[in-house]
Amino acid sequence: MSIVETEAGLTAEQRAAIEAMAGHYDDKRAACIEALRYVQGHYRWVSDRHLAEVAALLDMSRADLDGVATYYNLIFRRPVGEHVIFLCDSISCWVMGREAVNAHLCKRLGIQPGETSKDGAYTLLPIVCIGHCDHAPAMLLDDELHGDLDAVRIDTILGIQP
Amino acid sequence: METPLTNNIRPDREPLDIEGYEQAGGYRAVRKVLGGMAPADVIEAITQSKLRGRGGAGFPTGIKWSLVPKDLAASGPHYLVVNADEMEPGTFKDRLLLEGDPHQMIEAVIVAAYAIQAETAYIFLRGEYFLAERRLRRAVGEADARGYLGTNILGSGYDLAVHVHASGGRYICGEETALLTALEGRRAVPRAKPPFPQTSGLWGKPTVVNNVETLCNVPHIINNGADWFMGLGRGEDGGTKIYGASGRVRRPGSWELPMSTPLCEIIEEHAGGMRDGYELRGVLPGGLSTSFIMADDIEVKMDFASVEKVGSRLGTGAVIVLDQRTCPIGMLRNLEHFFAQESCGWCTPCRDGLPWVERLLAGIEAGEGEMDDLDILEQHVKFLGPGRTFCAHAPGAMAPLASGLKYFRAEFEQHIHEKRCPWNEAH
Repeated sequence: MSIVETEAGLTAEQRAAIEAMAGHYDDKRAACIEALRYVQGHYRWVSDRHLAEVAALLDMSRADLDGVATYYNLIFRRPVGEHVIFLCDSISCWVMGREAVNAHLCKRLGIQPGETSKDGAYTLLPIVCIGHCDHAPAMLLDDELHGDLDAVRIDTILGIQP
Repeated sequence: METPLTNNIRPDREPLDIEGYEQAGGYRAVRKVLGGMAPADVIEAITQSKLRGRGGAGFPTGIKWSLVPKDLAASGPHYLVVNADEMEPGTFKDRLLLEGDPHQMIEAVIVAAYAIQAETAYIFLRGEYFLAERRLRRAVGEADARGYLGTNILGSGYDLAVHVHASGGRYICGEETALLTALEGRRAVPRAKPPFPQTSGLWGKPTVVNNVETLCNVPHIINNGADWFMGLGRGEDGGTKIYGASGRVRRPGSWELPMSTPLCEIIEEHAGGMRDGYELRGVLPGGLSTSFIMADDIEVKMDFASVEKVGSRLGTGAVIVLDQRTCPIGMLRNLEHFFAQESCGWCTPCRDGLPWVERLLAGIEAGEGEMDDLDILEQHVKFLGPGRTFCAHAPGAMAPLASGLKYFRAEFEQHIHEKRCPWNEAH
């Protein structure tokens, strides 16, 4: 499966959900990060079209919202794969050998950090400390935490038979 | 040894639901304060306990709360914000508390919000803490259904709404004013202080920002009193502390121990000492933005004043161990990469200085450094130090570098003279 380039607009239900988020705050724009992540939860990334729709819902300019979107690590303004691997690159994981794990992931997926595998299955990204230092090296696969990583564990997680 | 913060946390971290939490004595503090304590009395109880912030700065919690204006009619609404943006590398204590006992967090929020007369509270949660988010949202729902949140809580006339705000992920959001800017839906740029958030915080209204671990102490202090709390510590500071250890120790982990537990005890007894073939050279005692403590000072008590006496800071109490088989220059390069990447870019010394530091360290590590580079690094320590930048990010980045330049001078020179990393072949 290749990367989905969506041109469909947000559904009425999605728009209503974003308006409900805005109700939690005295100022609508405070919901913008939550709203972008919500959109991403449905479409994997935030397209220009969706960004414009969210901006209009929250009374923000597109440029203003894009400035916010591009500031935060967890918001994607470009398409990503079906699954996103966030491999920690902070100190405890580095001490415990994350570079070898990174090299193994790159080899298995045929990509460098920041890239998406040819089949569109995985995007590999570095991330700062994810608070799993007692099981370093650690990574997030979508919203699931995995620790004590080595080549064998990676292959098991990716479903590759040895 | 009492462990109030982690009493309810099971080894598999599956949290208690609201009934289990109540059966374990939960929500007693809420009943106590809403059943007849004035907000000022709650603040006084916390002030008496001398509870200090567990997020790293160690500011007295009761005093922080007492700086919020008392005249609600004049000041407008107040806000309580939980700093659950745990992102200090090497630190994994708040995740334990949030995942393992979410109702303790909610109870703490209710008591603290009542004390400062806030009717809205936000839990600003690290975006990557997906499990904690699910568990917190469930706990908020349960507490709401049980009448601990919402309007006229337990018939007291006090109203409180709690919202979980999952962040978009940036280290600087842990800085309390940057956190407030982020919560308002903007790029997380810190604000000048004063005014402090207690008078002008979220949307310009009086706001208290407290760390997760700090707040989790509050219900226990309300239930058991200041003397009990003071008695928990082994030194000047009261209470317990969740310490952690990571790196090449036998049993990396986190443990709730009496405040002032010696560093050597944390490493030897709780973390099981070093793994075979590894020796401890030094540690960063409280996350990345603290100075190295070398093996000679390993007996230091882990509390605010004692750690300062050996030239570092307690920080988050998350001990990161440097062993003899890890290149200290590589370690410094890794951590300055983190600081450079996570700079918000607002002020010049931080935005331009940190990437320069990273480049110099990477060059030295690769065997391409020159002796002059060490002088430039020393200059950065000065120009990015306290008082030179808009917030504490760059000074935090300079703490490990300054101590590294002092303690690892020989290793720096070895890299430069041999034009290679001596650890490269050793690995």
